[in-house]
Amino acid sequence: MTDIRADISYSDNKEAGFSDYIALLKPRVMSLVVFTALVGLIVAPGALHPIEALAAIIFIALGGGASGALNMWWDADIDSVMKRTAKRPVPAGKIDAREAMSLGFALSGISVIMLWLATNALAGALLAFTIFFYAVIYTMWLKRATPQNIVIGGAAGAFPPMIGWVAVTGSISIEACLMFMLIFMWTPPHFWALALFMKSDYHKANVPMLTVTHGRKATRTHILVYTVALIPFALAAGFTSIGGPVYLALALVLNAMFLQGAWAIWRRSESQAEADGYAVEKRVFRFSLAYLFLHFGAFLVEAALSRVTVYADFAAMFKILELF
Amino acid sequence: MAITREHELHKRRSGRNVGLAVVLVAFIALVFGLTIAKVQSGASLQAYDHSYRPALDPDNVRFPQR
Repeated sequence: MTDIRADISYSDNKEAGFSDYIALLKPRVMSLVVFTALVGLIVAPGALHPIEALAAIIFIALGGGASGALNMWWDADIDSVMKRTAKRPVPAGKIDAREAMSLGFALSGISVIMLWLATNALAGALLAFTIFFYAVIYTMWLKRATPQNIVIGGAAGAFPPMIGWVAVTGSISIEACLMFMLIFMWTPPHFWALALFMKSDYHKANVPMLTVTHGRKATRTHILVYTVALIPFALAAGFTSIGGPVYLALALVLNAMFLQGAWAIWRRSESQAEADGYAVEKRVFRFSLAYLFLHFGAFLVEAALSRVTVYADFAAMFKILELF
Repeated sequence: MAITREHELHKRRSGRNVGLAVVLVAFIALVFGLTIAKVQSGASLQAYDHSYRPALDPDNVRFPQR
Protein backbone atom coordinates (compact mmCIF):
# COMPACT_ATOMS: atom_id res chain seq x y z
CA MET A 1 0.00 0.00 0.00
CA THR A 2 1.25 3.42 -0.84
CA ASP A 3 0.89 6.10 1.75
CA ILE A 4 0.16 9.42 0.08
CA ARG A 5 -0.90 11.23 3.20
CA ALA A 6 0.08 14.89 3.02
CA ASP A 7 2.46 15.86 5.74
CA ILE A 8 1.02 19.08 7.09
CA SER A 9 3.28 19.06 10.11
CA TYR A 10 5.94 20.65 7.87
CA SER A 11 7.50 23.61 9.62
CA ASP A 12 5.27 26.01 7.72
CA ASN A 13 6.12 29.07 9.78
CA LYS A 14 9.74 28.80 8.74
CA GLU A 15 9.25 29.07 5.00
CA ALA A 16 9.79 32.50 3.54
CA GLY A 17 7.10 34.46 1.80
CA PHE A 18 7.78 37.11 -0.84
CA SER A 19 7.75 39.83 1.82
CA ASP A 20 10.65 38.11 3.60
CA TYR A 21 12.79 38.51 0.49
CA ILE A 22 11.79 42.18 0.36
CA ALA A 23 12.76 42.53 4.04
CA LEU A 24 16.14 40.99 3.17
CA LEU A 25 16.84 44.03 0.97
CA LYS A 26 16.28 46.49 3.85
CA PRO A 27 13.49 48.55 2.22
CA ARG A 28 13.76 51.41 4.74
CA VAL A 29 17.41 51.97 3.88
CA MET A 30 16.45 51.63 0.22
CA SER A 31 13.95 54.50 0.51
CA LEU A 32 16.72 56.88 1.65
CA VAL A 33 18.94 55.60 -1.16
CA VAL A 34 16.19 56.22 -3.71
CA PHE A 35 15.48 59.74 -2.44
CA THR A 36 19.11 60.93 -2.34
CA ALA A 37 20.03 59.25 -5.63
CA LEU A 38 17.00 60.85 -7.26
CA VAL A 39 18.06 64.28 -6.01
CA GLY A 40 21.61 63.71 -7.34
CA LEU A 41 20.15 62.70 -10.67
CA ILE A 42 17.77 65.66 -10.92
CA VAL A 43 20.16 68.42 -9.84
CA ALA A 44 22.96 67.24 -12.15
CA PRO A 45 23.48 69.33 -15.29
CA GLY A 46 22.09 67.57 -18.33
CA ALA A 47 19.31 65.07 -18.46
CA LEU A 48 18.72 61.40 -18.97
CA HIS A 49 15.88 59.90 -20.96
CA PRO A 50 13.06 59.28 -18.41
CA ILE A 51 13.37 55.51 -18.89
CA GLU A 52 17.13 55.70 -18.34
CA ALA A 53 16.56 57.79 -15.22
CA LEU A 54 13.97 55.31 -13.92
CA ALA A 55 16.33 52.41 -14.62
CA ALA A 56 19.21 54.24 -12.90
CA ILE A 57 17.15 54.78 -9.73
CA ILE A 58 15.86 51.19 -9.73
CA PHE A 59 19.34 49.70 -10.13
CA ILE A 60 20.94 52.01 -7.57
CA ALA A 61 18.18 50.94 -5.13
CA LEU A 62 18.73 47.30 -6.10
CA GLY A 63 22.45 47.68 -5.41
CA GLY A 64 21.58 49.07 -1.98
CA GLY A 65 19.26 46.10 -1.44
CA ALA A 66 21.99 43.68 -2.51
CA SER A 67 24.39 45.10 0.06
CA GLY A 68 21.59 44.77 2.64
CA ALA A 69 21.21 41.07 1.80
CA LEU A 70 24.99 40.54 2.04
CA ASN A 71 24.94 42.36 5.38
CA MET A 72 22.19 40.06 6.68
CA TRP A 73 24.10 36.99 5.50
CA TRP A 74 27.31 38.00 7.24
CA ASP A 75 25.70 39.43 10.38
CA ALA A 76 23.24 36.56 10.97
CA ASP A 77 25.09 35.65 14.18
CA ILE A 78 24.89 39.21 15.54
CA ASP A 79 21.29 39.69 14.40
CA SER A 80 20.11 36.56 16.19
CA VAL A 81 21.51 37.84 19.50
CA MET A 82 20.02 41.33 19.37
CA LYS A 83 16.34 41.86 20.09
CA ARG A 84 15.92 44.58 17.42
CA THR A 85 17.20 42.35 14.62
CA ALA A 86 16.21 38.85 15.80
CA LYS A 87 13.12 38.85 13.58
CA ARG A 88 15.04 39.49 10.37
CA PRO A 89 14.49 36.71 7.80
CA VAL A 90 17.87 34.98 8.29
CA PRO A 91 18.01 34.85 12.13
CA ALA A 92 14.27 34.00 12.15
CA GLY A 93 15.13 30.91 10.08
CA LYS A 94 12.93 31.87 7.12
CA ILE A 95 15.76 32.35 4.67
CA ASP A 96 18.95 30.35 4.75
CA ALA A 97 22.10 32.48 5.22
CA ARG A 98 23.64 31.00 2.06
CA GLU A 99 20.51 31.90 0.12
CA ALA A 100 20.82 35.49 1.36
CA MET A 101 24.46 35.45 0.21
CA SER A 102 23.54 34.11 -3.24
CA LEU A 103 20.77 36.66 -3.65
CA GLY A 104 23.11 39.44 -2.49
CA PHE A 105 25.81 38.47 -5.00
CA ALA A 106 23.33 37.97 -7.84
CA LEU A 107 21.59 41.29 -7.26
CA SER A 108 24.96 43.05 -6.91
CA GLY A 109 26.03 41.77 -10.32
CA ILE A 110 22.70 42.56 -11.97
CA SER A 111 22.46 46.07 -10.49
CA VAL A 112 26.05 47.06 -11.36
CA ILE A 113 25.94 45.75 -14.93
CA MET A 114 22.48 47.16 -15.60
CA LEU A 115 23.40 50.59 -14.20
CA TRP A 116 26.49 50.58 -16.40
CA LEU A 117 24.45 49.68 -19.49
CA ALA A 118 21.66 52.13 -18.64
CA THR A 119 23.97 55.07 -17.87
CA ASN A 120 27.76 54.83 -17.89
CA ALA A 121 30.73 52.79 -16.64
CA LEU A 122 31.72 55.22 -13.88
CA ALA A 123 28.26 55.08 -12.31
CA GLY A 124 28.37 51.28 -12.43
CA ALA A 125 31.86 51.23 -10.92
CA LEU A 126 30.79 53.59 -8.12
CA LEU A 127 27.81 51.36 -7.33
CA ALA A 128 30.11 48.31 -7.25
CA PHE A 129 32.45 50.16 -4.90
CA THR A 130 29.54 51.18 -2.65
CA ILE A 131 28.36 47.57 -2.36
CA PHE A 132 31.94 46.42 -1.70
CA PHE A 133 32.41 49.18 0.86
CA TYR A 134 29.22 48.36 2.76
CA ALA A 135 29.47 44.58 2.58
CA VAL A 136 33.22 44.08 2.99
CA ILE A 137 34.83 47.18 4.52
CA TYR A 138 31.96 47.96 6.89
CA THR A 139 30.06 44.71 7.56
CA MET A 140 32.88 42.17 7.45
CA TRP A 141 35.74 44.22 8.74
CA LEU A 142 35.18 47.44 10.64
CA LYS A 143 31.75 46.95 12.24
CA ARG A 144 33.16 44.47 14.74
CA ALA A 145 36.58 46.10 14.99
CA THR A 146 36.14 49.77 15.84
CA PRO A 147 33.64 52.04 17.61
CA GLN A 148 34.03 54.42 14.66
CA ASN A 149 32.02 51.84 12.63
CA ILE A 150 29.12 54.28 12.26
CA VAL A 151 31.42 56.87 10.68
CA ILE A 152 32.76 54.39 8.12
CA GLY A 153 29.36 52.84 7.47
CA GLY A 154 28.04 56.33 6.75
CA ALA A 155 30.19 56.50 3.63
CA ALA A 156 28.19 53.69 2.02
CA GLY A 157 24.98 55.65 2.61
CA ALA A 158 26.60 58.79 1.23
CA PHE A 159 27.39 57.42 -2.22
CA PRO A 160 23.86 57.28 -3.78
CA PRO A 161 23.52 61.02 -4.62
CA MET A 162 27.02 60.93 -6.12
CA ILE A 163 26.04 57.90 -8.22
CA GLY A 164 22.87 59.70 -9.33
CA TRP A 165 24.98 62.70 -10.36
CA VAL A 166 27.55 60.56 -12.19
CA ALA A 167 24.77 58.64 -13.98
CA VAL A 168 23.85 61.91 -15.71
CA THR A 169 27.20 63.67 -16.11
CA GLY A 170 29.63 60.76 -16.36
CA SER A 171 32.08 62.48 -14.02
CA ILE A 172 32.58 63.39 -10.36
CA SER A 173 32.45 67.07 -9.47
CA ILE A 174 32.61 69.26 -6.39
CA GLU A 175 28.80 69.23 -6.13
CA ALA A 176 28.72 65.42 -6.03
CA CYS A 177 31.49 65.43 -3.40
CA LEU A 178 29.62 67.95 -1.24
CA MET A 179 26.40 65.90 -1.37
CA PHE A 180 28.51 62.90 -0.35
CA MET A 181 30.10 64.81 2.53
CA LEU A 182 26.72 66.12 3.69
CA ILE A 183 25.44 62.58 4.32
CA PHE A 184 28.82 61.24 5.45
CA MET A 185 29.24 63.88 8.18
CA TRP A 186 25.55 63.81 9.12
CA THR A 187 25.46 60.06 9.81
CA PRO A 188 27.54 59.96 13.04
CA PRO A 189 25.62 62.60 15.02
CA HIS A 190 22.34 61.16 13.74
CA PHE A 191 23.10 57.59 14.88
CA TRP A 192 24.90 58.49 18.08
CA ALA A 193 21.91 60.61 19.16
CA LEU A 194 19.83 57.44 18.63
CA ALA A 195 22.40 55.31 20.47
CA LEU A 196 22.14 57.57 23.52
CA PHE A 197 18.46 56.90 24.12
CA MET A 198 18.07 53.43 22.57
CA LYS A 199 19.22 50.96 25.16
CA SER A 200 20.61 48.59 22.58
CA ASP A 201 22.12 45.18 23.18
CA TYR A 202 25.16 45.62 20.92
CA HIS A 203 27.42 44.59 23.79
CA LYS A 204 25.73 41.17 23.84
CA ALA A 205 26.77 40.76 20.20
CA ASN A 206 30.29 42.09 20.85
CA VAL A 207 29.81 44.99 18.48
CA PRO A 208 31.85 47.96 19.73
CA MET A 209 29.52 50.95 20.00
CA LEU A 210 30.91 54.30 21.04
CA THR A 211 28.42 54.58 23.92
CA VAL A 212 29.82 51.34 25.37
CA THR A 213 33.52 51.54 24.52
CA HIS A 214 34.14 55.23 25.26
CA GLY A 215 31.18 56.06 27.47
CA ARG A 216 28.18 58.28 26.99
CA LYS A 217 29.97 61.54 27.77
CA ALA A 218 32.49 60.87 24.99
CA THR A 219 29.59 60.09 22.64
CA ARG A 220 28.04 63.48 23.46
CA THR A 221 31.36 65.15 22.64
CA HIS A 222 31.62 63.21 19.37
CA ILE A 223 28.11 64.38 18.38
CA LEU A 224 29.12 68.00 18.89
CA VAL A 225 32.45 67.64 17.06
CA TYR A 226 30.89 65.92 14.03
CA THR A 227 28.06 68.46 13.89
CA VAL A 228 30.60 71.32 13.83
CA ALA A 229 32.54 69.49 11.11
CA LEU A 230 29.34 68.95 9.10
CA ILE A 231 28.37 72.63 8.90
CA PRO A 232 31.06 73.85 6.43
CA PHE A 233 30.13 71.14 3.94
CA ALA A 234 26.40 71.88 4.24
CA LEU A 235 26.96 75.60 3.72
CA ALA A 236 29.59 75.19 0.98
CA ALA A 237 27.05 73.35 -1.18
CA GLY A 238 25.06 76.60 -1.24
CA PHE A 239 27.82 78.31 -3.24
CA THR A 240 27.98 75.68 -5.97
CA SER A 241 25.74 75.12 -8.99
CA ILE A 242 23.30 73.01 -6.95
CA GLY A 243 22.85 75.68 -4.28
CA GLY A 244 21.46 79.17 -4.29
CA PRO A 245 19.76 81.70 -2.03
CA VAL A 246 16.87 79.41 -1.05
CA TYR A 247 19.20 76.54 -0.14
CA LEU A 248 21.64 78.81 1.65
CA ALA A 249 18.96 80.50 3.76
CA LEU A 250 17.47 77.14 4.72
CA ALA A 251 20.91 75.61 5.39
CA LEU A 252 21.84 78.49 7.68
CA VAL A 253 18.71 77.98 9.79
CA LEU A 254 18.94 74.17 9.82
CA ASN A 255 22.64 74.13 10.72
CA ALA A 256 22.15 76.69 13.49
CA MET A 257 19.36 74.51 14.91
CA PHE A 258 21.41 71.31 14.58
CA LEU A 259 24.37 72.97 16.28
CA GLN A 260 22.13 74.22 19.06
CA GLY A 261 20.80 70.67 19.52
CA ALA A 262 24.28 69.13 19.53
CA TRP A 263 25.41 71.77 22.04
CA ALA A 264 22.42 70.95 24.27
CA ILE A 265 23.28 67.23 24.11
CA TRP A 266 26.91 67.95 24.96
CA ARG A 267 26.02 70.08 27.98
CA ARG A 268 23.71 67.50 29.52
CA SER A 269 24.81 64.96 32.05
CA GLU A 270 23.51 61.41 31.97
CA SER A 271 21.42 61.96 35.08
CA GLN A 272 19.75 65.01 33.51
CA ALA A 273 18.99 62.97 30.39
CA GLU A 274 17.56 60.10 32.39
CA ALA A 275 15.43 62.51 34.43
CA ASP A 276 13.53 63.78 31.40
CA GLY A 277 13.57 60.51 29.45
CA TYR A 278 16.25 61.64 26.94
CA ALA A 279 13.93 64.37 25.62
CA VAL A 280 16.72 66.44 24.04
CA GLU A 281 18.43 63.43 22.44
CA LYS A 282 15.11 62.27 20.97
CA ARG A 283 14.34 65.77 19.70
CA VAL A 284 17.75 66.10 18.03
CA PHE A 285 17.44 62.64 16.47
CA ARG A 286 14.04 63.49 14.97
CA PHE A 287 15.35 66.86 13.84
CA SER A 288 18.37 65.23 12.17
CA LEU A 289 16.02 63.27 9.91
CA ALA A 290 14.28 66.49 8.88
CA TYR A 291 17.70 68.17 8.52
CA LEU A 292 18.84 65.78 5.80
CA PHE A 293 15.48 65.61 4.07
CA LEU A 294 15.17 69.41 3.93
CA HIS A 295 18.72 69.92 2.64
CA PHE A 296 18.10 67.56 -0.25
CA GLY A 297 14.62 69.03 -0.71
CA ALA A 298 16.24 72.47 -1.01
CA PHE A 299 18.55 71.13 -3.75
CA LEU A 300 15.42 70.07 -5.63
CA VAL A 301 13.82 73.50 -5.14
CA GLU A 302 16.97 75.20 -6.46
CA ALA A 303 17.01 72.87 -9.48
CA ALA A 304 13.35 73.67 -10.18
CA LEU A 305 13.94 77.42 -9.81
CA SER A 306 16.99 77.37 -12.09
CA ARG A 307 14.91 75.66 -14.75
CA VAL A 308 12.21 78.28 -14.32
CA THR A 309 14.88 80.99 -14.68
CA VAL A 310 16.20 79.37 -17.84
CA TYR A 311 12.65 79.21 -19.04
CA ALA A 312 12.16 82.91 -18.19
CA ASP A 313 15.35 83.84 -20.08
CA PHE A 314 14.18 81.79 -23.02
CA ALA A 315 10.76 83.45 -22.89
CA ALA A 316 12.38 86.91 -22.80
CA MET A 317 14.61 86.04 -25.76
CA PHE A 318 11.62 84.71 -27.60
CA LYS A 319 9.81 88.04 -27.13
CA ILE A 320 12.79 89.99 -28.49
CA LEU A 321 12.83 87.75 -31.56
CA GLU A 322 9.12 88.39 -31.99
CA LEU A 323 9.85 92.13 -32.44
CA PHE A 324 11.72 91.31 -35.65
CA MET B 1 -8.12 14.77 4.99
CA ALA B 2 -8.33 15.37 1.27
CA ILE B 3 -5.04 15.79 -0.45
CA THR B 4 -6.39 18.76 -2.42
CA ARG B 5 -6.84 20.88 0.66
CA GLU B 6 -4.92 24.12 0.35
CA HIS B 7 -2.62 24.77 3.22
CA GLU B 8 -1.44 28.25 4.25
CA LEU B 9 1.97 27.15 3.05
CA HIS B 10 0.65 26.80 -0.50
CA LYS B 11 -0.70 30.33 -0.41
CA ARG B 12 2.67 31.61 0.74
CA ARG B 13 4.47 29.72 -2.03
CA SER B 14 1.95 30.99 -4.54
CA GLY B 15 2.52 34.56 -3.32
CA ARG B 16 6.26 34.07 -3.71
CA ASN B 17 5.88 32.74 -7.23
CA VAL B 18 3.52 35.53 -8.28
CA GLY B 19 5.88 38.08 -6.73
CA LEU B 20 8.84 36.67 -8.65
CA ALA B 21 6.79 36.62 -11.86
CA VAL B 22 5.87 40.29 -11.41
CA VAL B 23 9.53 41.19 -10.77
CA LEU B 24 10.67 39.32 -13.89
CA VAL B 25 7.98 40.85 -16.10
CA ALA B 26 8.86 44.31 -14.76
CA PHE B 27 12.54 43.64 -15.48
CA ILE B 28 11.77 42.57 -19.05
CA ALA B 29 9.61 45.66 -19.56
CA LEU B 30 12.38 47.89 -18.18
CA VAL B 31 15.05 46.35 -20.42
CA PHE B 32 12.73 46.69 -23.42
CA GLY B 33 12.02 50.33 -22.52
CA LEU B 34 15.74 50.98 -22.09
CA THR B 35 16.45 49.47 -25.50
CA ILE B 36 13.89 51.72 -27.14
CA ALA B 37 15.24 54.76 -25.28
CA LYS B 38 18.84 53.97 -26.28
CA VAL B 39 17.93 53.42 -29.91
CA GLN B 40 15.90 56.63 -30.04
CA SER B 41 18.61 58.76 -28.46
CA GLY B 42 21.38 57.39 -30.68
CA ALA B 43 22.41 58.62 -34.11
CA SER B 44 20.11 57.74 -36.97
CA LEU B 45 20.79 54.27 -38.25
CA GLN B 46 21.24 53.44 -41.93
CA ALA B 47 22.19 50.27 -43.68
CA TYR B 48 22.19 48.74 -47.12
CA ASP B 49 18.65 47.65 -47.64
CA HIS B 50 18.81 45.03 -50.42
CA SER B 51 20.05 47.57 -52.92
CA TYR B 52 23.39 49.38 -53.18
CA ARG B 53 23.31 52.90 -51.74
CA PRO B 54 26.36 54.91 -52.84
CA ALA B 55 25.87 57.37 -49.97
CA LEU B 56 26.72 54.65 -47.49
CA ASP B 57 29.84 53.45 -49.27
CA PRO B 58 32.90 54.62 -47.32
CA ASP B 59 34.75 55.17 -50.60
CA ASN B 60 32.14 57.70 -51.63
CA VAL B 61 32.00 59.58 -48.35
CA ARG B 62 33.66 62.96 -48.66
CA PHE B 63 34.81 64.51 -45.44
CA PRO B 64 34.64 68.30 -45.27
CA GLN B 65 37.98 70.08 -45.76
CA ARG B 66 39.33 71.87 -42.72
